Amino acid sequence: MAYSDKVLDHYNNPRNVGSLDKSSADVGTGMVGAPECGDVMKLQIKVNPATGIIDEAKFKTFGCGSAIASSSLATEWLKGKTVDEALTIKNTDIVNELALPPVKIHCSVLAEDAIKAAITDYKTKKGVAVEAGALAVH
Amino acid sequence: MPKAPIYFDNHATTKVDPRVVQTMLPYFTEHYGNAASRNHAYGWSAEEAVEKARKQIASLIGATAKEIIFTSGATESNNLALKGVAEMYAEKGNHIITAATEHKAILDSTKHLEKQGCRITYLPVMADGRIDLDMLRDAITDKTILVSIMYANNEIGVVQPVKEISKICKERGVLFHTDAVQAVGKIPVNVMEDGIDLMSITAHKLYGPKGVGALYVRRKGPRVQLAAQMDGGGHERGMRSGTLNVPSIAGLGAACELCQQELTAEMKRLGFLRDKLKNKIMSELDEVYVNGSLEHRLPGNLNISFAYVEGESLLMGINDIAVSSGSACTSATLEPSYVLKALGAGDDLAHSSIRFGLGRFNTEEEVDYVAGRVIEVVKKLRDLSPLYEMFKEGIDLSKVQWTAH
Ligand SMILES: Cc1ncc(COP(=O)(O)O)c(C=O)c1O
Repeated sequence: MAYSDKVLDHYNNPRNVGSLDKSSADVGTGMVGAPECGDVMKLQIKVNPATGIIDEAKFKTFGCGSAIASSSLATEWLKGKTVDEALTIKNTDIVNELALPPVKIHCSVLAEDAIKAAITDYKTKKGVAVEAGALAVH
Repeated sequence: MPKAPIYFDNHATTKVDPRVVQTMLPYFTEHYGNAASRNHAYGWSAEEAVEKARKQIASLIGATAKEIIFTSGATESNNLALKGVAEMYAEKGNHIITAATEHKAILDSTKHLEKQGCRITYLPVMADGRIDLDMLRDAITDKTILVSIMYANNEIGVVQPVKEISKICKERGVLFHTDAVQAVGKIPVNVMEDGIDLMSITAHKLYGPKGVGALYVRRKGPRVQLAAQMDGGGHERGMRSGTLNVPSIAGLGAACELCQQELTAEMKRLGFLRDKLKNKIMSELDEVYVNGSLEHRLPGNLNISFAYVEGESLLMGINDIAVSSGSACTSATLEPSYVLKALGAGDDLAHSSIRFGLGRFNTEEEVDYVAGRVIEVVKKLRDLSPLYEMFKEGIDLSKVQWTAH
C-alpha cells in the first residue's frame, strides 16, 4: 500500500513526541485503543491556566504509520487552541489532511477519541462538568 | 550499503534462478510442441522435457517419475489432493484431519468439503507450532480417510513431525497428505522415508517459475486413487487434464535438480545467516520473541515479534527491505495472523511480528544491513510507543483496562 506524502512526513518526522506530567493539574491525558487491536494512542495536553489555551501537546502511539501520523497531526492542531476549540476537531478533518484510505479511517477516529479523552481528563481534574457524549466509545 | 530493496520474503516467492530460465527458454520458441502430440518431433521433444522434469522432481523427493502429477501450483495440488481423496474414498468415510496453521489452500478446501458433508477436525498446535501426536491419534476414527498436515509452515517455518504422523496414519490405515511447498528443496524430504502418500509442491518457492507445481501420488503400498477435479483429455494418468505447461515444467525440473545439488551446503549457509540475523537483533534489543520452535524450523526462516512495536509501522520504517508482517492492519480485516494466534502468542505479539525469509540469493552483507536497519527502526518506534514506556515504568500491560475500540 502506498502512503500519502503527509503520512510519510509525520511518520519520518513525528511532531511533539513525548510525555507530560500526568499528575499536573494543568495536564489532561487521553489513552485510547488496545494492544490486541494493533493500536494504542496516548495524547496529552497542557493548558495555560491564565489564558485557557493549550500551549503544549504531546503524543506516543503504538500503531501503523497512519495511526502515528493521525496523532502527530492532532498534537499540531491542538496547540494554540482553547479546550472548547479543540473539541471541534473531527476525524474527517484528519482523514482529509492526511489523505487516509478507507481502511485507515479508524486511525483518525482513534485520534479524535484521544483528543476527547485528554480534554475530559483535564476538565475532570478542574472539576468542570463533562457533557455527556464527549467521550465516544467505539 | 547494498542495493535496495533487499529481498527477504522468500516464503512468499523466490527469484527464478537464471539457470532455470535458461532451461525453460527453448521450450517457448524452438521446442514448442504439445507433449501429447505423439506423431512428430515437436511433440517428442516436448514429451522428453516433461519426462526429464518428472525424473528430476522424483529424484529430489525419493519418488518414482510416474508418481508425479503436474498441476498449476500448490493451490491446485492441495485442492486436488483433498477433494480428489474425499470424492474417491467417500464410501470408506467422510472424516478428514488437518491443522489450524495450514495454508488457506488447505483450509478453504476443507471448508468447501464441510459444506458437502465431510467432517473436518482442525488440530490445534502447541506453543512451538507443532501438532500434538496424541491429539492426532485420538482424532482418528473409523470414518477417517485422510490426514493433511503441512511439512513446514509458510509463516513460522516450523517443521512438523512428519515421520511420526505418517506412522500413526499407516497404523490406522489412513492416507497422509502433506503440503510440502516450503520444505521441498530446502530440507531433506523423502516420500519413502517420510511415509507420505500425497504431497503438494510448487515451483515458485524453489527458484522456479510461478504457476506450475506437482502433486506426488503414491502408486505402491498403498496405491492412492484420486477423483479428477477437472474434466478433459485425461492427461496425467487421468488425474489432471489439460495440455502440459512444458516450459514451466522444464523449469520446475531444473529447479529441483539444482536444489538437490545444493541442499546440504545451502541449509548450512542459510542456517548460519538466519542465526546471525537473530543473534544480532536479540543482542541489541530487549523484548524480542521468536515465534515457533527454533529447533524444528526451516533454516531460512525467522519470525519474530518486537513487543510494543506494531508490525506495519515497522515495515514502513524498513521500506528498503522486502519482508512481511503478521499484522494485517494493511488489509480490511485488521486481523492479526491466524497462524501466530494458533500458537497462543496473543494478538498484541501477533501485531508486532515480522517474517524474514532468507533464500539462495541473500548474502551475509545483506543480513548485516537488515539487522542494523531493524534495530534502528525498532528503537525509534519504541521511543514513540506508549506501551514500551509503560513497560519500562513497570506497568503490567495485561492488567490495564484498555478502552473498547
Ligand atoms: C504452504 C503453502 N501452501 C500452498 C501455497 C500456494 O502455492 P501456489 O502459489 O503455487 O498456489 C503456498 C504459497 O503461497 C504456501 O506457502
